[in-house]
Amino acid sequence: MNFNLIYESFLDILKGLGASLEIIILSLFLGLLLSLGIVMMRLTKNIVLNSFSRSFVFVIRGTPLLVQIYFIYYGLAQFTAIRESFIWIVLKEPFWCGVLALTINTSAYTSEIIRSGLNSIIKGQAESAVAFGMNKFQAFKRILLPQAIRQSIPAYSNEIILMIKASSLVSVITIMEMTGIARKIISKTFAPIEVFIAAGIIYLALNYLVTVIFKKIEKKYTISY
Amino acid sequence: MELLSLGDTGWGDEMLRACMMTLAVSLCAMVFGLILAIPFVLMKLSNSWILKFIANFFTTVVRGIPELLIIYLFFFGSSAAIMFVASIFGHNGYIEINAFFIGAFCVGIICAAYSTEVLRGAVKAIPKGQIEASYSYGIKGRRMLFGIMIPQTLRIALPGIGNIWQLVLKDTALISVTGLVEIMRQTHIASGSTREPFLFLVTAGILYLLLTTFSNKFFMIAENKYSKGFI
Amino acid sequence: MNKIFVIIASLFFVPLSLFAKWEEVRIGTEGAYPPWNGTNAAGELEGAEIDMATEICYRMGVKCTFVAQDWDGIIPALLNKKYDVIIAGMSITEERMEKVDFSIGYMTDGACLVVSKDSALASYQSELESVNLNNSDAATQKVVGSVVALLKGKKVGVQGGTIHQNFIEQYASSALLSTYSTQDDLNLDLGAGRVEIGLADCGAFDDYMSKKEGSNLTSVSPSMGGGPFGDGVGGAFRKEDDDLREMFNDAIKASLADGTISTIAKKWFGRDISM
Repeated sequence: MNFNLIYESFLDILKGLGASLEIIILSLFLGLLLSLGIVMMRLTKNIVLNSFSRSFVFVIRGTPLLVQIYFIYYGLAQFTAIRESFIWIVLKEPFWCGVLALTINTSAYTSEIIRSGLNSIIKGQAESAVAFGMNKFQAFKRILLPQAIRQSIPAYSNEIILMIKASSLVSVITIMEMTGIARKIISKTFAPIEVFIAAGIIYLALNYLVTVIFKKIEKKYTISY
Repeated sequence: MELLSLGDTGWGDEMLRACMMTLAVSLCAMVFGLILAIPFVLMKLSNSWILKFIANFFTTVVRGIPELLIIYLFFFGSSAAIMFVASIFGHNGYIEINAFFIGAFCVGIICAAYSTEVLRGAVKAIPKGQIEASYSYGIKGRRMLFGIMIPQTLRIALPGIGNIWQLVLKDTALISVTGLVEIMRQTHIASGSTREPFLFLVTAGILYLLLTTFSNKFFMIAENKYSKGFI
Repeated sequence: MNKIFVIIASLFFVPLSLFAKWEEVRIGTEGAYPPWNGTNAAGELEGAEIDMATEICYRMGVKCTFVAQDWDGIIPALLNKKYDVIIAGMSITEERMEKVDFSIGYMTDGACLVVSKDSALASYQSELESVNLNNSDAATQKVVGSVVALLKGKKVGVQGGTIHQNFIEQYASSALLSTYSTQDDLNLDLGAGRVEIGLADCGAFDDYMSKKEGSNLTSVSPSMGGGPFGDGVGGAFRKEDDDLREMFNDAIKASLADGTISTIAKKWFGRDISM
């Protein structure tokens, strides 16, 4: 084991932390927005919207992220029609392909988290809120939403950790985030173990940080309960 | 479409074989992972802080590092480790570890970390009163373990194990580095060779969906069967 | 019960074997770099190097098996004894020689730049057909200078961990470099237009440009060799396996001498690239 190499790769890989965080945060944010749309479609009585939302979640959760990344990057680029359309502005850039794939992936999982959060709230609560003179929107915002969020926090913090780990996969489409840099160092040093240990330490630290922060948030919300 | 035909001219039979390989390597990884999880569960439930620490270290590290890195680390690390152990026993020849074994091993490690958490939760969920009751009926030791603890744990853990199975199926897509020709690697080979990535990626997606859907059904039937009398 | 155990065990561990006299040799190759080494629709490896290795093994009188391995990990897996030799279009370079030893070279192909026919870059013309970067005469310097100028600020794609990546990093660091894990991926992105210029062995592009999807691409540069491009393609061995390397050297020399490798090269590349 070459400890010097671990240290040197650690410093090099750290330079990709910014790129990794950019992709992770952007995808989580966009994914959260998208998931709200998916949940709303799921909760409507419109059969088309409802079944679209169901099949979207089914397909995304049933296939590996790697397939989704390759599909968006190489699969769609195969068609001249797509390459000549306005979508190509986004799909041309590996960075946006990566963000798009991660966004779609996390939105499917997040929508299920939110849905089960909403389902866990006792139905009578909304009715009593209305009986107390709130309108439907007020009841949703003041009574249902805070509870749904609190219910969802542990599962969502788990999803964030999964996304941090998943972001390493975008290195396969030429994005130079942390894992991309690690692969590049390996192609020069031929020492995968040392380099991946260095990368592993950074991911582990990042995930530990997320766990600690969310433990705090969870505590705060439980006290007010 | 003829690209997906069976036989030597199309890739259909290769894709199907790769699908079977994904299923086989997932099954082996799952069995290996569940067996490996047992000592870690016992360590987590023990009173010794050092055993607890080791088990917590294992589950935290494996669940906190990207699967891709875990697989790379174990792929390159395990053969180096095996070679090292063999050299202690004076064996300096070449030990061949085939791609199937190493793939199942890598995914199995990940499976073990998640299963440890699920099984530990299930053991803790068994009401204490049951153990006391079984003692008062004179049911002890092995009979209590196999008659009461294990069946209950499995029943409670079943949904969690179902989720892990889905995870294992999808994680096998990452083991192409080991050279095992499973769905993902076959897809890559075929789309590179035919320049038709779209067709093969869609096929791969459908194969994964079939695998996840059918196993989901299987787990739902199992859950219904074993939760009889409890709801 | 015992029978089942034996079957399971043999599934996991191919029998521990000692190859004292190299009766069996495992050859690591990529299977994604046609026409050097590719994979056909029957799922079998094929290509110039597969034919050549089969021939060499026949001459050495050893049983050979091929092991497919991603390019990323091809040297680490050799060092880990997953196979005994790499025959995968690997150029002989000093960087690699720190970790592995090479056989004598068996084939050599220049490096080519490929661009889209529609792009302005397609009009670039080189004064020389081929350059050797080891030469320092004025004509070579001028051509290299113009290639570097062409690459400046452009999106350039190469396969990661190759001589082509090294060339860009050493000579044209102002290019915007994208690295791919396989040549196939690079070809797909060149076809899609995500990168403007691709750099690889000329033969690897010829294969793609001869297909429908690659028909809008054209090769523009002189074919380049020497310097970071190394001294031809050879088999890579672990440092301690000098005996195996000598066996290969003898067999390669013999097959070069009687024209066998030349015939194989013509079959797959359409030209003689044997050394």
